[in-house]
Amino acid sequence: MADLVRIAFAVAAKDLRVEFRTRSTLLAAAVFAALILVVFNFSRDPTAVPDSVIGPTALWVAVAFAAVVALNRGFILERQNAAMDALRLAPAPRGALFLGKMVANLVFVLLVEAIAAPLAVLFFDLPLTTAGWGLPLLLVLASVGLVAVGTLLSAMAVRTRFAELMLPVLLLPFLVPPLTAAAGASQRLFDGRPLSEVVGWLRFLAVYDLVFVTLGLLLFSAVIDE
Amino acid sequence: MPSAEPGLLEARRITRRYGRTAVLGGVDLSIGAGECLLIAGPNGTGKSTLLRILAGLTRPDGGSVRLGGVPVVEARGRLGYLGHETFLYDDLTVAENLTFAMRLQGCDVPGALGAVLARAELLPHRDRLVRHLSRGLAQRAALARALIHSPPVVLLDEPFTGLDAASAAALTSVLIEMRTAGVAIILVGHRAEEGWDAVTRVAVLANGGWVHEGPRPATVPEFEERVREVLRG
Amino acid sequence: MNDQLARARALLSLGGWITLVALLGAAGVVVLALQFTPTEVSQGLAQKIFYIHPPAAWGAMLAFSLCGIASIAFLFLGDLRLDRFAASSAEVGLAFSAVMLTTGPIWGKPIWGTWWDWDPRLTLTLLLFFLFLGYGALRNAVHDPRERARYSAVVGIMALVLVPFIHLSVYLFRTIHPKPVVLRPDGPALPPEMLRTFLLSVAVFTLLYVGLVIMRYALGLAKDHAEALAGGEDV
Repeated sequence: MADLVRIAFAVAAKDLRVEFRTRSTLLAAAVFAALILVVFNFSRDPTAVPDSVIGPTALWVAVAFAAVVALNRGFILERQNAAMDALRLAPAPRGALFLGKMVANLVFVLLVEAIAAPLAVLFFDLPLTTAGWGLPLLLVLASVGLVAVGTLLSAMAVRTRFAELMLPVLLLPFLVPPLTAAAGASQRLFDGRPLSEVVGWLRFLAVYDLVFVTLGLLLFSAVIDE
Repeated sequence: MPSAEPGLLEARRITRRYGRTAVLGGVDLSIGAGECLLIAGPNGTGKSTLLRILAGLTRPDGGSVRLGGVPVVEARGRLGYLGHETFLYDDLTVAENLTFAMRLQGCDVPGALGAVLARAELLPHRDRLVRHLSRGLAQRAALARALIHSPPVVLLDEPFTGLDAASAAALTSVLIEMRTAGVAIILVGHRAEEGWDAVTRVAVLANGGWVHEGPRPATVPEFEERVREVLRG
Repeated sequence: MNDQLARARALLSLGGWITLVALLGAAGVVVLALQFTPTEVSQGLAQKIFYIHPPAAWGAMLAFSLCGIASIAFLFLGDLRLDRFAASSAEVGLAFSAVMLTTGPIWGKPIWGTWWDWDPRLTLTLLLFFLFLGYGALRNAVHDPRERARYSAVVGIMALVLVPFIHLSVYLFRTIHPKPVVLRPDGPALPPEMLRTFLLSVAVFTLLYVGLVIMRYALGLAKDHAEALAGGEDV
């Protein structure tokens, strides 16, 4: 167990260290998310579709795109100098490798959200104080689910020729449950409904996360070992 | 393949196909402590594939590989492998790469990094990014990474590529040191004079199997002549 | 391994016959539905699609579940035949969901006034369709048979686990899909003739699934044989 955590931490730290040194993907993802928010604003008639409706939607779409950018980066890094082989050669539990990659992806996505969410609040005049702690909670819960599924899928997609296309194709159906739950719940929160009313959605997200993280831990070996 | 000692690393009836070709057709191999085996042969005959299979990276279509009696995939920590790529992250420093490797292998103890860097003569370069290293330095770092957990079995695929004469000589003495300390080494190379002094046994792989194997001849020209003979016939 | 080719041929004809019987059965169901089954009062003739749409849905779910189960079995047993079966099941499931996605709107237009709406069951089918497509795309993009089998198995299992979540999340929205008529706690609410036609259709689609999967499996077997020949193995 200690092994698992130790190695996961080492892998995540390594990924993040590389990312912070180059910073290119983080910047690209943040800019991408901001652009999406802007496009959403101009793509509707402001008198017909109110800010409070388009705002949360735009935010969740931006989150989904940022996640895809993050996920692609993850395993492309390991193609450098065949680093992936080094991971496979290590006497490391495969679950630890999955966890490490997943945590790195999660940090990345949360950082992009830390930029995108305030922007969405700003652009769409979303009542942040009304939503309160519910919003960050939703962001974290939804992100864990997306990243768990995405880490597993991107490990496979990266081995195909059109990796950047293959990942979204595989990922799309898996995005529906967390995004519907998160969008529905955030909509309610911005409308001023209390946190207790969206507990069902939160529970849904938590179960989704638990199930797919577990599945990732179990199935990662089938993906990376021959 | 006969060996002087009971095999530390034993491979039996290894077969591997790659689409159109049967690259390895039932290869046996056995190597014991303190031996250094050179595997030579024409390009594309499966030497690298065999090494990858021995390392547990590639799964053979048939046969088994055992290290110290257990399947190699369960004994990864006791094996060191260096392939054609360096396994290093270009955007991390030498020190960061080696630290990560130690953490993966579970041998990350205080002070260990310093010792590794000193032994590999990489101390002056410890904080340089790998992408700024010369080929020779990168190869040295890669080797240090592969051996960082002091494994009893070491597999090296053309480790002399890109090394200048001085570095090659240094590598050869490292190999001799390791061998004397009881490490089992398998080298794949295609220029026999590289590392010749460290080698104790030779074997030639062609057409999916061994066409020659035995103790190392006295000189390189002798060996090369032998290789030419077996490949002709 | 010429017996592999012979086996493929035998399976192909077995599958062919079963499919033929199923198709004849399907024709029979159509006749039964149009001529011998009472027309439903409120929905009229368009309601008759009820005898195709839900049974095709059943076929798709069957295909999907068996694919997932075969995937789990493959990861434990490593038998490539399980992978071949899973792939065949997924392709047949893709066909069935395509049928549903076309018959759904055909029914929907006269009843709901729109070709498409995000009705939960239709949405679920659409997502299943995408899952099958993704599975197929991944298989196409990976060339090594063992790697392809491992990856397909992982995606198959993930998809299986995903479905309950999709089911729950699409039901978070309003439904205008007709409420379940057959799978109800207090028994089917259908007059006997309608029930008879419906059950017959379910049986026919099940048979169709079996026949198509066997044929697809046979083709997979033949294709693997051809690949082995190209690879220079002794066959």
